[in-house]
Amino acid sequence: MARPVRFNVQAEADVKLVKEGPEGYAGEGFFATSLDKVVGLARANSMWPLPFATSCCGIEFMALMGSTYDFGRFGAERVGFSPRQCDVLMVMGTIAKKMGPVVKEVYLQMAEPRWVMAVGACASSGGIFDTYSVLQGIDQIIPVDVYVPGCPPRPEAIIDGFMKVQELVHNRETIRRRNSDRYTELMNSYGIQ
Amino acid sequence: MPLTNDIIKQKLEEHFPGQLTSFEEPYGLLTFEAPKDINLKVMQFLYDDPTLKFRFLTDLTGVHYPNRKGEELAVVYHLHNLVDNIRLRFKVFTDVNHPDVFTATSIFSSANWMERETFDFYGVNFVGHPNLKRILNVDEMDYFPMRKEFPLEDQTRADKDDAMFGRGGHIGI
Amino acid sequence: MSEQIEQHQHVKLPEGSIEKTTTTLNMGPTHPATHGVFQNILELDGERIVSADSTVGYIHRAFEKIAERRPLYQITPLTDRLNYCSSPINNMGWHLTCEKLLGVKTPKRVDYLRVIIMELARISDHLICNSIVGVDAGAYTGFLYVMQYRELIYEIYEEICGSRLTTNIGRIGGFERNFTNTAFTKLEKFLREYPGVLKEFENMFMRNRIFLERTMGTGGISAERALNYGFTGPNLRATGVDYDVRVLQPYSSYEDFSFNVPVGSTGDNYDRWLVREQEMWESLGILKQAYEKIQSFKGADAEVFHADVPEYYLPKKEDVYTKMEALIWHFKIIMGEVEMPKGEVYHSVEGANGELGFYLISDGGRTPFRLHFRRPCFIYYQSYLELTKGSMLSDAVITMSSLNLIAGEMDA
Repeated sequence: MARPVRFNVQAEADVKLVKEGPEGYAGEGFFATSLDKVVGLARANSMWPLPFATSCCGIEFMALMGSTYDFGRFGAERVGFSPRQCDVLMVMGTIAKKMGPVVKEVYLQMAEPRWVMAVGACASSGGIFDTYSVLQGIDQIIPVDVYVPGCPPRPEAIIDGFMKVQELVHNRETIRRRNSDRYTELMNSYGIQ
Repeated sequence: MPLTNDIIKQKLEEHFPGQLTSFEEPYGLLTFEAPKDINLKVMQFLYDDPTLKFRFLTDLTGVHYPNRKGEELAVVYHLHNLVDNIRLRFKVFTDVNHPDVFTATSIFSSANWMERETFDFYGVNFVGHPNLKRILNVDEMDYFPMRKEFPLEDQTRADKDDAMFGRGGHIGI
Repeated sequence: MSEQIEQHQHVKLPEGSIEKTTTTLNMGPTHPATHGVFQNILELDGERIVSADSTVGYIHRAFEKIAERRPLYQITPLTDRLNYCSSPINNMGWHLTCEKLLGVKTPKRVDYLRVIIMELARISDHLICNSIVGVDAGAYTGFLYVMQYRELIYEIYEEICGSRLTTNIGRIGGFERNFTNTAFTKLEKFLREYPGVLKEFENMFMRNRIFLERTMGTGGISAERALNYGFTGPNLRATGVDYDVRVLQPYSSYEDFSFNVPVGSTGDNYDRWLVREQEMWESLGILKQAYEKIQSFKGADAEVFHADVPEYYLPKKEDVYTKMEALIWHFKIIMGEVEMPKGEVYHSVEGANGELGFYLISDGGRTPFRLHFRRPCFIYYQSYLELTKGSMLSDAVITMSSLNLIAGEMDA
């Protein structure tokens, strides 16, 4: 029996090709807006990713960093490998159960505000590896903001996911997200203080 | 005289009379079985003999035959003579309740991790191995996953519908 | 002087402390993304390595168990993900194993097309390995420059099979469709432009004083030890043994091509880099020869892209709609009910890292009884301690990347 489609059924109203700036009052040589919009704008355009690349999706990330797809134009030129200095954790590739505690440790070491992107089918839900040794999606151990499907996703798809993270950073989150109830409830459900 | 499968078979039968069985040549590769007590002696003979010179261990793996009672676990060695370009395969069978086989690490250093992998998947205990512990699975795992009786899937997964995804731990379904 | 030493011996250490003379450093599973996930716990005496304890299995995905559940052509996507930098070679190796078991003979044009794909994949893998050795030594530019030509190789794959990285190219008996003219145009562009790029890349490293000092004399191994450790591929050829599966047991008509097998002498990091570099030149030569041979097929021969085996390769739609047998085979192939002959076969191909072997045991059913991958990375990583004992920490990093360890292949 066919299952009804549940996701992606509403078409996007119109695709914005050029990002508009935040709303505010502009004048001769100045622009006034609220603080959280400015902070959101600054944060969104200079996210430092931590590429947690384990397998094939990591090679697509390397292609993304190259000049054809150029990840640097989104402000993510400086990739860091230390979680203490990064904003967004991009988990690319299969996470096995042996690797699960390591991912959790890396997530805990990241400082707020932090975002997580699960790139690829394996990180989102286990992918084609429905086996005893593969963690069926990293959202079993850490909260995820954006999922990018694909096996491996094309670099353009990873860019699309990253732009959604930027939108989250810019628009839909207040600066002090960590103090909201919903967030603390989510963290508690994962056992993270 | 170039080395052929017949010469190898003849030399083996001379040296180990009556102990090696089931000589076959599937797809041109000489295959035979040996009792598990003499596996090291066979490998050492194949290594040292000046005409045979099988000095490269290509592969070491295990197979579980649940239907052969008393000899369920097999350890299969693939050897290669690089000079004369001949390959060879031999199998050693052991009981699943007492799966002890002598380790080949004294002859070939490459057998080290391959035996750990066979232990991890099938539970074959290699006697004399320097560091026999699990290599690919988590250390806390208490069963040997590649044996036929254990299922493939993660049993704790709740959102996949068994009927649609063909799960059930049954081979061939 | 002796009073000072006595004073030192009476220093009281805090509770529960262990006295050691070496430092433990964990080069843990999450080190910079380029290599993959495996862990090395190093014991260092100052800068020198005393011992190394390697842990693998952080990406164990149980391929061999999955393969016992799937019919033969559903295993091809699994083989893609073994050495994901050069997945066409894995695909072709698997198809060759199946063809050996099933007794399928492929026409010459299919063999030459396979050679083109495999050599492109080999170039792609060696490019990653050599440029990453450069990145670890500090030279990031070479990596970025060369990635652009890997994009060109990806475009050629995309033209043939639709996917960039995990390609699932080919079927048992041939290919799913003939190579289009666009694919050949892109191949010509690659053959025209790439030699200049490779020469520039080489000029950056081959006689560079810093690179030579970093890589020469580090991570070396002798030929006897390498053979004992089961090394194959460029790592073994760097020690002086010219074992190449393409030459010793030719498959897919490699005997029709003439190429050299580059061999090093000391087996250190520089030799491995040079062997891979030279292999890329040889692969370019093979590609040119294969392309000329393809163009020499005329007329109906130029349209052949698969063997005529309706039992394992989907028959043409006209036949399916008109002939009974073709309909039955079509149904069986799609539903995965095709039965294999009983038997066991071992076939190996020259992967980018060495001899990639497939050991397939079939009991006559629709899925393999046992499938084992002989993975070169897993086998030669055992020697890491011997390669780095006594060397400095920075050499250990370069040794790890010059061995070309791909985590997907190591853990399977």
